[in-house]
Amino acid sequence: MSTFWSVWVIVLTLANLALITWVLFANRKVAVDDQAEPENKTTGHVYDGIEEYDNPLPKWWFMLFIATLVFSVGYLVIYPGMGNFKGLSGWSSVGALEASQAKAQEKFDEQFGIYLDMPIEEIAQSPEALKMGGRIFANNCAVCHGADAGGNFGFPNLTDNAWLYGGTPEKILETLNNGRQGMMPPQGPVIGEEGVRNTAEYVLSLNGLEHDKAMAAEGQKVFNTVCMACHGMDAKGNQALGAPNLTDDLWLYGSSREQIQHTIRGGRSNMMPAQKDKLREDKIRLVAAYVYSLSKQDEEQQ
Amino acid sequence: MSDLIPTREEQEGNGEVRYRMLYESDDKIYIRHIRGIYTRIRKYTGLPLLLAFFFIPWINIDGRQSVFFDLPTRQFHIFWTTFGPQDGFLLAWLLIIAAFALFAVTTWMGRVWCGFTCPQTVWTMMFMWAERVCEGDRNKRMKLDKAPWGVEKVLRKGGTHAIWLLISLATALAFVGYFYGIRDLVVDLATFQAHPQGVFWVAFFTFATYMNAGFLREQVCKYMCPYARFQSVMYDEDTLAVYYDAKRGETRGPRKKNVDYKAEGMGDCIDCYWCVQVCPVDIDIRDGLQFECINCGLCVDACNSVMDKMGYERGLIRFTSEDELQTGKTNFLRPRLFGYAVVLLAMVGLFSHQVATRSPIEAEITRDRGARMFRVSRGVVQNVYTVKINNMDQAAHEFTIRVEGNPNYDYSVRKPRSIYLKAGEIYPVPIRVSVPKTQLKDTKHDIDIVVQAVDDQELVTKHRTVFIGPKQ
Repeated sequence: MSTFWSVWVIVLTLANLALITWVLFANRKVAVDDQAEPENKTTGHVYDGIEEYDNPLPKWWFMLFIATLVFSVGYLVIYPGMGNFKGLSGWSSVGALEASQAKAQEKFDEQFGIYLDMPIEEIAQSPEALKMGGRIFANNCAVCHGADAGGNFGFPNLTDNAWLYGGTPEKILETLNNGRQGMMPPQGPVIGEEGVRNTAEYVLSLNGLEHDKAMAAEGQKVFNTVCMACHGMDAKGNQALGAPNLTDDLWLYGSSREQIQHTIRGGRSNMMPAQKDKLREDKIRLVAAYVYSLSKQDEEQQ
Repeated sequence: MSDLIPTREEQEGNGEVRYRMLYESDDKIYIRHIRGIYTRIRKYTGLPLLLAFFFIPWINIDGRQSVFFDLPTRQFHIFWTTFGPQDGFLLAWLLIIAAFALFAVTTWMGRVWCGFTCPQTVWTMMFMWAERVCEGDRNKRMKLDKAPWGVEKVLRKGGTHAIWLLISLATALAFVGYFYGIRDLVVDLATFQAHPQGVFWVAFFTFATYMNAGFLREQVCKYMCPYARFQSVMYDEDTLAVYYDAKRGETRGPRKKNVDYKAEGMGDCIDCYWCVQVCPVDIDIRDGLQFECINCGLCVDACNSVMDKMGYERGLIRFTSEDELQTGKTNFLRPRLFGYAVVLLAMVGLFSHQVATRSPIEAEITRDRGARMFRVSRGVVQNVYTVKINNMDQAAHEFTIRVEGNPNYDYSVRKPRSIYLKAGEIYPVPIRVSVPKTQLKDTKHDIDIVVQAVDDQELVTKHRTVFIGPKQ
C-alpha cells in the first residue's frame, strides 16, 4: 500500500470511529418540551391500534455500545487495520497460515517420519500404514487410476500384477518419484496400411482373440522385423523400456481390432507425472507400499 | 392498560430545556422472601436438574465420562451411545421437538418454563438466596445499600459476592467439563496444566454467570431472550397464567380485621404490596397480565399467605385463564393445544424409534468418478465403488463387504484382505464388483452393498446402489 492509501484508510477508519462515538453520545438524551404532550410519549408508530412507547433503553445497552468502541480501538492497536501499521501483536494472515502449516508439518513428521527408513515390504505389512497410503492414493492418484487402482483407458491398472516398468518396490518408487514417459512410436509410415492391418491381426492372435489367420501370419513377419525390438521376440514386452506384454490380454488402449490398428498406426504417447515435488518423500513411500500391496488383494466369488 | 407508565427523566441545563435520558439503569429490585407451594415446586423440580447438571459429568460409563462432547474428534458421547457429526439431523429434530414442547407447554400454562426451569431464573434464585443469607431480607438489604461503607457492609457484601463467584465458578467448571472432561479439567486447573482455551472458557463462563445471575437478571428476560419475545404470541384466552381476580379484589384498600369490609364496598385486596415486593421482574400483577411476567407464582404464594392471615379465601391471585375470569371455566381441550400435543407425541415417537434403531455402523457408497461408468476386462464387467465405512461402535471390528443383487449373476468383489476399523474410525474402502459379461442382461440394475462386522452379525448396514454395464 502506498503512503497515500495508507493515510486514506487511517483517516477513514478513525473518522468512522469518531462519528459513531459522536452519534452515540449525542443521542444519549432528547429534549422534551412537555411530558404531558401525548405525542412525546410514543414514537408515533401505530400497528393495529397498538402504539409504541418511547421509553428509554436500558443502560447496559449503551454500555455494550461503549464496549464495542473500546474493543475496536484495542483491535486496531493490536491487529493490522490502520493502513500500513502492522499492529503491536505482529499478527498477519500469512503468518497465521505459516504457523498452521508448520504445525501440520510437525504432525506429519511425527506420523509419517517413521516410514522414511522402513523398507517398502515392511510398510506394506502394516495395516495402519496401508490405510494412510490408501487415503493418500485416493486424494492424489485415484483421479486417473480409479478408486480401486484398476486403471482406465490410457491409465494402467495397478492391481493386476502386470507391470510396464516393473513391480518391485524400487521400481514403483522410481515411477512415483520421477514419473514416466510412455511412448510407442507411430508405425503407419514405416510398415504401411497393409502392414498395420496384418500386424493387428497377429497381436489379436497372440491373445487368442478372434482373428484372420492368413493376415496374422503376414503380420508376424512384420512384427519380427519391426516390433520385436521393443516388445521382444515372444512379444512379452520389456520392462526396461516400458514396452507392454502383448500376450496377456490386458489392454491399456483397448483390445478391439480398430483400437489395436490405431495404436500401431499412430503410436501412443503417455505420461505419468512425477510426484517428487508434489508429495513428501514419506507420503510417496506410503503410496508405494499401498500400490505394492494392491496386487495381493483377494477376489471373492459370491 | 389505562395509565401510561411514567418515564423517569433527568433535568439538565438552565431549566429552560428539559432532557430525558434515552438510556437508563433500571431500579434495583429488592425481592421479599416468600415461602409457598410454588416456591416448593420450583425447589423440587430445580434441584434434581441442578444436581444432574453438576454431577452427570462425574459419572463414568464404559470407562469414559457419561456425557462428553469431544469436539476435536467430533464425537458426542451421551450415556451409552456415541453420536457423530452425521447425526446432526437427530440434533436438529431434538431441537424442533424441544421447540414444539415449549409451544405446547406455553399454550397450556403460559411462561412456566421461564418461571420454573429456565437456567436464568434458577441461577437468579440461587444468587438471591446468597443475598438473603449474607444480607438478610428485603428491608435489611435496602437499608444496607443506603448505609455508608463500613466493616459490616464490606463483610456482608463481600460474602454475597464470594458465594456468587463460587456458584459461577462451579457452573463454569461443570459446563466446560462437558467438553473438556471434568476430571481432567479439575486436575489440570489445580496443577496449572490446563489448555489455555479451557482456562479462557472457564473464566468466560464464570464471568458470564456472575454478570447474568448477579446483575442482569430479569433484564435478560425483558430485553434479550428470544423465547420471551415470541412466547407471548402463544397465549390465548384459555392459557393458564397468573391473574389477579379484580372482581374479587376491588376496591382495594387497607382495613381493620373483623370489620365487615364488604358492606363498605371493599374487595379482598388489602393493598399490602406483597405481590409487588416479591416479584422478580418488578411488576404489579394487579394491573393485569404484562409481558414481563414469567409465571413464577411468587405473587400467588405471597397473596395466599396474606389471605390466610386475614382469614380470607385463597386465590385472589392465582393461576387461571382469561376465560375463567370471565366465564368461570377454562376451556382446556382446544384445537391448538390438541394439535401441538399430537404433533409432539408423533415426533417424540419417531425420534425415539430413530435413536433406538440406529446402527452404530454407517456406510456411504460412492461410485467411482472415473470417466467411464464401467470397465470390461477379460470378459467381466467391473464397477468400482468407494465404501466409506464409519465404525461408531465402542469397539474395533473386522468388516466384510458383500454384494446382493440379481440372483442369476455371479458377482465377485475385490477388496482389501483385511478391513479393520478401530472404534470411531472412518475409512474409505475401494471395492471392485464384477459380473461376467456373458451373464449380464441389464444395462443398469440395482445392487445392495452389505457391510457387516465379522465378529458381530448384528452390526450390519445395507446400501442400495447401481451396477452399470454395456448397452444391451
